[in-house]
Amino acid sequence: MSDHDYKPKSKVGQWFNDRLPLLTLANHLTDYPTPKNLNYWWTFGGILTFCLITQIITGLTLAMHYIAHADMAFESVEHIMRDVNYGWLIRYIHANGASMFFLAVYIHIFRSLFYGSYKSPREIIWILGIIIYLLMMAAAFMGYVLPWGQMSFWGATVITNLFSAIPFVGEGIVTWLWGGYSVDNPTLTRFFTLHYLIPFLILGLVVLHIWALHVPGNNNPVGIDIKKPSKDTVPFHPYIVIKDGFALLMFMIVFAFFVFYTPNILGHADNYIEANPMVTPAHIVPEWYLLPFYAILRSVPDKLLGVVAMLSAILILAALPWLDTSKIRSAVFRPLYKQFYWILVADVLILGYVGAMPAEGLYLLIARVATAYYFLHFLVILPVLGFKERTLPIPLSITEPILGGSPNLAAARHGESKIK
Amino acid sequence: MSDKKPKRREFLFTATTAVGAVGAAAVVWPMVDQMNPDASVKALASTEVDVSSVKPGNTITVLWRGKPVFIRRRTKEEIEEARSVKMEELIHPEKDEDRAKNPEWLVMLGVCTHLGCVPLNDKGDYNGWFCPCHGSHYDTSGRIRKGPAPWNMEVPKYEFVNANTIKIG
Repeated sequence: MSDHDYKPKSKVGQWFNDRLPLLTLANHLTDYPTPKNLNYWWTFGGILTFCLITQIITGLTLAMHYIAHADMAFESVEHIMRDVNYGWLIRYIHANGASMFFLAVYIHIFRSLFYGSYKSPREIIWILGIIIYLLMMAAAFMGYVLPWGQMSFWGATVITNLFSAIPFVGEGIVTWLWGGYSVDNPTLTRFFTLHYLIPFLILGLVVLHIWALHVPGNNNPVGIDIKKPSKDTVPFHPYIVIKDGFALLMFMIVFAFFVFYTPNILGHADNYIEANPMVTPAHIVPEWYLLPFYAILRSVPDKLLGVVAMLSAILILAALPWLDTSKIRSAVFRPLYKQFYWILVADVLILGYVGAMPAEGLYLLIARVATAYYFLHFLVILPVLGFKERTLPIPLSITEPILGGSPNLAAARHGESKIK
Repeated sequence: MSDKKPKRREFLFTATTAVGAVGAAAVVWPMVDQMNPDASVKALASTEVDVSSVKPGNTITVLWRGKPVFIRRRTKEEIEEARSVKMEELIHPEKDEDRAKNPEWLVMLGVCTHLGCVPLNDKGDYNGWFCPCHGSHYDTSGRIRKGPAPWNMEVPKYEFVNANTIKIG
């Protein structure tokens, strides 16, 4: 990094910076050299930061009115909706904000998959991201339990019961998680505590995620290593700040559409019925962002193996930097991978769809095929593709394909560098 | 002198680490155990139910430890059906005689052993219960016959206090 020798202009600034180099940090962040070819898929990091801050602020304000008690939680949420000034707005932002958060994180993850951003030297950034994603799922699940509606209660029951699949100690763990013999008040109070804690853990991990990003710098659509700073880079401020800001504005329009026009479309009507431990709703489905994993869980007829398959589907992502054996990052130069990439996108969407449908007949069959393909993609296709695929020549720099000669020249140079 | 010193240091180092580890464990355990069921939850361990109004072929559901308990007064056909099943056909082999001491009364936790939903009465392929969450079918003895659930629905500890009252727990 080039900012070690940064010196504030003012005397006071220098005095402060010598004692706590915050101004050096600020200078690093504004001058941070960014590839100049970053497209709009790269704006979701900023959008996600916005989502996290939104959830924390709306969450804090909701917590001022919510009561974490099995007898009062449901009513206190209705109290927020009807009595608290702008309570409806804050709650709808928070509830839809969770969905927006996941929408953005899925785009962010699939951006990484397309452009190979998880590959060396960015493995730690990627793994931190997977941990953040896991924590997001935990926070979303526990948050969904807090209104203490029917879906809250039965969602909590089903998900905590996943742990009962663990041999020998499973039942003991579930009782421990519940603090009783069923989901009840002790479960609610601890879920509230953890739901409050996790966003701050995520915030800490986001700092590490960005820190780890700033060591090698951003990947880019061409996926090549670039010199920093150089003709291939622009400073983060104002170029990326403006671009991120514009994308964020577009995103907020979508966000606002859900909040103001269809605030309940992503939820379930059953959750406006208070929790009843005697009756399970006829059709239990998780929130949309967990459906693909739910489909994987249900596609395996054995309880323990179903849970193992579901967890593996998430954890396999952490091993991705080593499962993908190709040296070329960007799918732009990987004609075969590009096709398999879109098949994987379709596969995950299909899993999401069948996850929302009853687990029987044709749906179950489709879920099983899609589950098998999901694992096939990561465990067989990706490792083999790295050796078999004939990749296209990559340019030497970001500027070169635009300014520097014909692609043939680039191809020749690429071949040359390989021989060396 | 020179070979005595490191030994003394090693001893102090090991002893200090050991004391530290015991202390850490002593602090961690209360933090973990506070999440287990507390005394007030455990105190609600038994329930008495009057079953005099239950007619043959009907099921009542009562709450025990926050969980639904099915109490079914079975018909002759149901009992016969439950008792005629061969053990080899069962996923979790249990004799109906062991599950329902008094054949007319089946008492069990109304909790699917898959992921804890409440199965529906008089549904499914085996005339017993059907779990709507992930499609487990139970027979007239509450035994798992088809679907992802690994075990039969659990029979809790219970006894007839008198002809009309069942004490669960």
